[in-house]
Amino acid sequence: MTVLPFRRKQRAYEARQQGLVLDDDWHRPSVKWGLGTAHVLLLVLLVIVGLGPILWLFKSAITTTQDTIVSPMALFPHGIAWSNLTDAWNNLDVGLYLKNTVVVAIGSWISAIFIATTGAYALSVLQPRFGKVIMAALLTTLFVPAVVLLVPLYVEVVDPPFIHHSFAGNYFAIWLPESANAFNVVLMKRFFDNLPREIFEAARIDGCGPFRLFFNIVIPMSRPILGVVSIFAILASFKDYLWPLLVLGDTNANLQTVAVHLPQIEPFTPLGDFLAALALSALVPIVGFLIFQRGFLRGTGLSGALKG
Amino acid sequence: MSTAPQPAGAAPKRKRVRRTPATWVKRGGLSKFLFLLPLLLVFGLFSWYPIVRLVMMSLQFTNLVQPAKWIGLANFSEVIHDPLFLIAVKNTAEFAGLALVFGYPIPLIISVLISEVRKRRGLYSALAYLPVVIPPVVGVLLWKTFYGDSGGIGVFNTILGWVGIHPQEWIQSTSQAIPSLVLYSTWANAGSTVIIYLAALTGVNRELYEAASVDGAGLWKKLWHVTLPQLRTILLITMILQIIGTAQVFIEPWLFTQGGPANATLTVLLLIYDYAFGNSIGAAYGEAAALSLMLVAFLAVFSLIYLRATRAWSTS
Repeated sequence: MTVLPFRRKQRAYEARQQGLVLDDDWHRPSVKWGLGTAHVLLLVLLVIVGLGPILWLFKSAITTTQDTIVSPMALFPHGIAWSNLTDAWNNLDVGLYLKNTVVVAIGSWISAIFIATTGAYALSVLQPRFGKVIMAALLTTLFVPAVVLLVPLYVEVVDPPFIHHSFAGNYFAIWLPESANAFNVVLMKRFFDNLPREIFEAARIDGCGPFRLFFNIVIPMSRPILGVVSIFAILASFKDYLWPLLVLGDTNANLQTVAVHLPQIEPFTPLGDFLAALALSALVPIVGFLIFQRGFLRGTGLSGALKG
Repeated sequence: MSTAPQPAGAAPKRKRVRRTPATWVKRGGLSKFLFLLPLLLVFGLFSWYPIVRLVMMSLQFTNLVQPAKWIGLANFSEVIHDPLFLIAVKNTAEFAGLALVFGYPIPLIISVLISEVRKRRGLYSALAYLPVVIPPVVGVLLWKTFYGDSGGIGVFNTILGWVGIHPQEWIQSTSQAIPSLVLYSTWANAGSTVIIYLAALTGVNRELYEAASVDGAGLWKKLWHVTLPQLRTILLITMILQIIGTAQVFIEPWLFTQGGPANATLTVLLLIYDYAFGNSIGAAYGEAAALSLMLVAFLAVFSLIYLRATRAWSTS
């Protein structure tokens, strides 16, 4: 009769059990105060180091150039300069470059998801004859850092064999190479490998072909991993710099992404306007992170598990 | 026999006659192929072929005007005899070494502390991860202002002034440039390692802690004898991944200092970029490919030795 409350207590106890510090330790005053102080210090440190630079950026985005240069840590000594934001938007065309960045990110996202799902489905569920060889070839690319392939990739894009027409300034030159990401394929394949085979068998017996199996069964069951790969693909695209610089750096400036364009205008832009442009560019990923926080953190943890 | 006698060599082929394209399609071969095709095309064009092309280009003279000419190992000797080569290797090693000294223990300490937080742990993780979502270009250009590179003395010197420390030169000095880049890089990248460790820490078997407690182990002993050994596989992997990552450092030296002052931040990747796309040397694609290949080869050999050497400590 006392079983139930005991169990409930036990469960609450287990939920509280976080790790290293057991409840017995936790009740010791030295541990409680020591660790409590450490946690408060850690929180203060994380706020200063993690949030501080971003808050400073937003503050300086609406501070005059003069004030930011003379007294960078003062809080609006001569009032708020909203004009920085309108200057950045109207004169520096930040909106256009942000739009380009979003277009590049969406294209990279679609192609990454397309390649990762179809490829992983073929390798995991359909299991073609040379699947093991293809998988091995995919895994080797994980060991070749992408940056060392920039030179041959660049030569291939500006002077492709047989076509002899430069793809510089073409978004496909960013979308397609970014989808050749073995990490996404492996992550997706691991997930597909763990889906219950019985469901596939049952579907097959019911006359479900490989295409319907893919669209009606495998894809709807893979929502968590699709979210993780989406976040990785979009974040990577937002952070990407060197490859877009090579493809878009010398061509029509109207096609450039924020990352490619900002360093080019830095030398001859008033600091206040420039920081406003930086703040506007940082806003999209920050808001995205705040909305999809759990997905970001779970995905990063998952990537660690895969590496381990 | 309906067919004429075949030469002996063709005999094994007759067994395969049954496999016609029609049966291949019926067995689902076509759909397998169709699903695999995008992956094969994209990886073939943008990963496997460039790897082969990299090796070829390192042995060729390429200027995209004339057809490529095979020139043996000339590109490699050109790179090795370039006075900038040793400078780039030294700077890259310095960057990687410093990034390891600062960037490696910090995420571990932060994540062990966060894993003991009992309220609002999500807030701690989110704060630690926030710098990771800032695009590096935005981060670097912002930190340039912090270092006082956009006029004035900068944010850091202002803060140092509060405690009476003289203004530092940061990225404008040959001796402080690399440590300054490492400082930014640690800020920008530590968050994702913190999250990886946090995920690994939740996987540590709680009974081990309880057993250690019963045996009278204190907090530090449990940390040393239970937590760290349980994390050793992930610790070893993040270390090698960090070394591989920092050996390819580009954005920081490129945007902060353009390799300066006086080549103090010229890294291997910056030299590759200069060979291929820099105007001073011209389009030396061959040298760039040779140096890229040397970097890959070095990292591969280094990783192999590392994995061999640490195998005894690793759990899997």
